[in-house]
Amino acid sequence: MSQDLIYCTTGIGLFALGLYGVLFVAHILRKLIAINISGIGVFLVLLATAKHEGVVDPVPHAMVLTGIVVAVAGTALCLWLTVNIHCRQITQQGESK
Amino acid sequence: MFNKLEFEENAKKTTRTSRLIKGLSAVTIGLLGSMLVLSVISAEKAAPELAQTALDSISLSGVENPVTAVLLNFRSYDTLLEIAVLLIVAVAMMPESSRNTSLTAANSRVPTHPVLIGLIRCVIPLSVILSAYLLWTGAYAPGGAFQAGAVLAGAGVALLLVKRWQLNYLRLSARAFMALGLAVFVIVAATVIPATGRALNYPADYAGALILIIEVAATLSIAFVLILLVDQLLNMANKQVKPQDTQTEGLDKS
Repeated sequence: MSQDLIYCTTGIGLFALGLYGVLFVAHILRKLIAINISGIGVFLVLLATAKHEGVVDPVPHAMVLTGIVVAVAGTALCLWLTVNIHCRQITQQGESK
Repeated sequence: MFNKLEFEENAKKTTRTSRLIKGLSAVTIGLLGSMLVLSVISAEKAAPELAQTALDSISLSGVENPVTAVLLNFRSYDTLLEIAVLLIVAVAMMPESSRNTSLTAANSRVPTHPVLIGLIRCVIPLSVILSAYLLWTGAYAPGGAFQAGAVLAGAGVALLLVKRWQLNYLRLSARAFMALGLAVFVIVAATVIPATGRALNYPADYAGALILIIEVAATLSIAFVLILLVDQLLNMANKQVKPQDTQTEGLDKS
């Protein structure tokens, strides 16, 4: 079993776990973590397939680097929206009491 | 805190059908995963033509590190859009109300532990040096604008966590700082049009210098935007921890 196959399998496993989490975990923060896990799985697969005999393909590396930054930005925006939803719920509860 | 954040259709009590659906989906996802693994095992690896092209034309790119060459020269369009994405998120997370303070305001009321101050005095200059090193070394070895920006943002977040300073993100200077990376990138992309006929197509003689200019501007912007993201989330979360909100049941309720 070659090394990049181990990485590929791990990446696909993370992707599958994250996919299940996105679909079936109710809590928004946990959903967000699940999305990030599946994204990391995709990155891992991309990096593992970048290795060729003799040469390392720089294009997937650059794609993953771009992807990480976009994932961070997206996660921050999601967290921001989550906190806003939470605030709104708190205010609604306060009004209904 | 945060224990009510469940989508209502998902938060219903588990019935027999929902459990069946969950199980079936788990099996489906498992099958999908195994099929993906099988395809990885059985597929012939494509010849690395793109890699070869990229590595062969590295002398035209102005840098020696192939990843930096791809990021900032061969596929700089991606990086341009990525910086735009960061800027859009920063705009979305801007604070609503303007505190009428200057860009950095000292917060002298908060007492600070002397050890913390000492640590900050050691760590911040080191992080700035490390960031500059990462930026410079990106031309030859792993490193570059994003790594440097992340390290710089770490230093900034550490400074903010001491709570002796706060930033006013609504000042024009702060906004200019955040937009700097994208602005410089777009200006460089536009100014090379007369020379090479295409946007983002740098002339080979000046490519190294142009990439360095873009990377410096992008590093500063990325660091500032990341600081804004972390700071806004921390502020918002701190605001929400009120005294009557202490019956935290954790996240274990789903």
